[in-house]
Amino acid sequence: MDFLTLLQVLDSTVRLATPLLLACLAGLFSERAGIFDIGLEGKMLMAAFFSAAVASLTGSVWLGLLAGIAGSMVLSGIHGLASITFRGNQLISGVAINFLAAGLTVLIAQDWFSQGGRTPSLMGGGRFNAITLPFADTLSGVPILGPIYAELISGHSILVYVAFACVPLTWWILFRTRFGLRLRAVGEAPEAVDTAGVSVVGLRYAAVAICGLLCGIAGAYLATGLQAGFVKDMTAGRGYIALAALIFAKWRPWHALSACLLFGLLQAVALRYQNIDLGGVIIPVQVMDALPYILTVVILAGFVGKAIPPRAGGEPYVKER
Amino acid sequence: MTDQAPAIELRGISKAFGPVQANKDISIRVMPGTIHGIIGENGAGKSTLMSILYGFYKADAGEVFIAGKKTEIPDSQAAINAGIGMVFQHFKLVQNFTVLENVILGAEEGRLLRPSLSKARGALKKLAEEYELSVDPDALVQDLSVGHQQRVEILKALYRQADILILDEPTGVLTPAEADHLFRILDNLRAEGKTIILITHKLREIMEITDTVSVMRRGEMTATVKTAETSPEALAELMVGRKVLLRVDKAPARPGAKLLEIENLRLTDETGVQRLRGISLDLRAGEVLGIAGVAGNGQSELLEVLGGYGTATGIVRVNGVEIPLSGTGCTGQARRAAGIGHVPEDRHHDGLILPYTAWENACFGYHRDPAFQKGILMNNAAIREDAKGKMERFDVRPPNPNLAARNFSGGNQQKIVLAREIEHNPDILLIGQPTRGVDIGAIEFIHQQIIRLRNQGKAILLVSVELDEIFSLSDRIAVMFDGQIMGFRDAAQTDQRELGLMMAGITQDPGGDPLAAIDATLAAKEAREAAQHG
Repeated sequence: MDFLTLLQVLDSTVRLATPLLLACLAGLFSERAGIFDIGLEGKMLMAAFFSAAVASLTGSVWLGLLAGIAGSMVLSGIHGLASITFRGNQLISGVAINFLAAGLTVLIAQDWFSQGGRTPSLMGGGRFNAITLPFADTLSGVPILGPIYAELISGHSILVYVAFACVPLTWWILFRTRFGLRLRAVGEAPEAVDTAGVSVVGLRYAAVAICGLLCGIAGAYLATGLQAGFVKDMTAGRGYIALAALIFAKWRPWHALSACLLFGLLQAVALRYQNIDLGGVIIPVQVMDALPYILTVVILAGFVGKAIPPRAGGEPYVKER
Repeated sequence: MTDQAPAIELRGISKAFGPVQANKDISIRVMPGTIHGIIGENGAGKSTLMSILYGFYKADAGEVFIAGKKTEIPDSQAAINAGIGMVFQHFKLVQNFTVLENVILGAEEGRLLRPSLSKARGALKKLAEEYELSVDPDALVQDLSVGHQQRVEILKALYRQADILILDEPTGVLTPAEADHLFRILDNLRAEGKTIILITHKLREIMEITDTVSVMRRGEMTATVKTAETSPEALAELMVGRKVLLRVDKAPARPGAKLLEIENLRLTDETGVQRLRGISLDLRAGEVLGIAGVAGNGQSELLEVLGGYGTATGIVRVNGVEIPLSGTGCTGQARRAAGIGHVPEDRHHDGLILPYTAWENACFGYHRDPAFQKGILMNNAAIREDAKGKMERFDVRPPNPNLAARNFSGGNQQKIVLAREIEHNPDILLIGQPTRGVDIGAIEFIHQQIIRLRNQGKAILLVSVELDEIFSLSDRIAVMFDGQIMGFRDAAQTDQRELGLMMAGITQDPGGDPLAAIDATLAAKEAREAAQHG
């Protein structure tokens, strides 16, 4: 494998890791506040559809992004209502949201576009296009560092940079601000937050809203950045992979970045190398395609160390003494 | 003094939950700079009243005056603003936060943490010096002892400028030494002019530290008196509504045959620390052997091994027959068959299945009894009938076998466990912490049952961290320290001071100040555990 191929694989790793990363951070905010969210998948799917649909109808990818975020946040609102206000079961609410999104997106797509449950392909201003960072061309001649800058760092859509910027931002919010302290506290011991005179419900809704926002960006990136339009079930389990990455990362932002890059790398390798020849033994492409999912199962089954979730996660808060 | 406004005054507070009147027309006045005790049995409405004061519940009627001013307390924020701080029985701390983070939570200075943290660090240092409240500000709460966690709760309240401090059953989880320290802190706070409300069901604490005391019974305030002008007996009568025997009447023991013999019992836990280091003892029919000791010195492990859910090495003989201490023959079932009944230390965890009904709980462990079978099915009607009888005989209230175990008060839960074990007529009864979290009326009953069993010629092994309880029930006392028995004493020929020293690992009276000797033995114990752990 030459250097350029390596760069290309890494480049595609970054692209593929982006939606995972956004969804993973979305889950991080929600679960750190004590609301388990299995509905990341559904929210991303909803956002993917609405962003593609609105971008296709208006020709503006920015309006698409807003529509995607709005779609995702509506689902977040439903999840919040079910699990915070009505103290329902968070897993069931999340599963319901996934089903709702899977059905609704295809239904509306068929109704609006009559293309078999997909949106028309997006072109020009309907997509997030690659941004060439300053001096990328000039510096590409510099050995090693030049190509890394030009190929790997430059040339992604704006949402990729947003996603990566979200990692330090999330860390800073969680560990350096009052909001972050309270958010972490409400996922560990809501009764401590409540007796300190801070609203548990308000904090949890805020966390769920941030989750909706980030899932919205993730979904919009899928349909308008990574690909050009919405197709049925295009999230393909990324929401669950993001959840696995979240557990792998033990609910910490920087570790989430590493975990998502790992999953992204596996997907990139599968995409690049169809059948891998390992000294006579050929690993078929299906195995490579399945790798991220296999890793997900392994992680969720708890083989990778002991991950302790936020203590109050999954439990509705009932005031009692 | 007389024209000074009370720090806190309640007028006509009432609160009902459905048909249950938890508080009925309650009025209290507490003067600033005093400690006011509120005493009452479990379920008397003490906690409800304090929850109203802290904005958890809204009173149906009544008014609250803080420093003479009428104050509405719709939520906890309002209570904090009014200068009320609360130390709950179950701490409201974030376990994986540092002490500092817990202290500033909800009382931060601004949107960023850094300035709040450094301000709190300074404030904590000052409070620590002022009130003997020292805690490492950077320690994680989960690494702190219960006593230190409680200090964090007090610090939280003081950091929020609380003038009125409410403590709900603060000593329930503390060792005697920690409780003494807490009372010193409360003394200091009173001297600084803080007002303290102490909720408890322990008469001794009320007598020891309060200035005035209110008694609650069934949602009503039955009396408010000056502590100096009352007695434990009078308070107990006010609490329960009838005369209560605080001392257990018992005839001298008539020990019979050796029912239980233990030789050189040893147990090493999964982290490699030796928990039992060669325990040997005999237990005879018709006697109560009390095992005293500070929690965590191997008493729990001893009970678990004897009860059949811990494995150990050594020899244990029941009625002269050796029983297995590991392997398939070492089960609770086998122990019961051998004639050992067991009332576990933690009734919520080991004694009962809380969501299950009382009748189900009343047969667990004995559910294979042929009387409870009907072919391949359980004979639920028979079990229910049996449970009903047990509940009547043990005065479980309410006597409704269909209620889930969690709906009973602590005392009544304990009575269910006790009824189950005693009525199966064991030769040997193991009892751990029989009256932990149990109200005074039920304590009297439970103690009487234990003595009745002894008089029937049963052998009773009692483990309790309450020295009073050990003294009033035991015929002989063994003191455990660091996995060993420091010695046996005849209950009639020892005193609290001697046992207290033995509980700290000292068998010879050192004379003079014993604190240095105590520190030395405790340090040796910790060093041993750390070495084995590593």
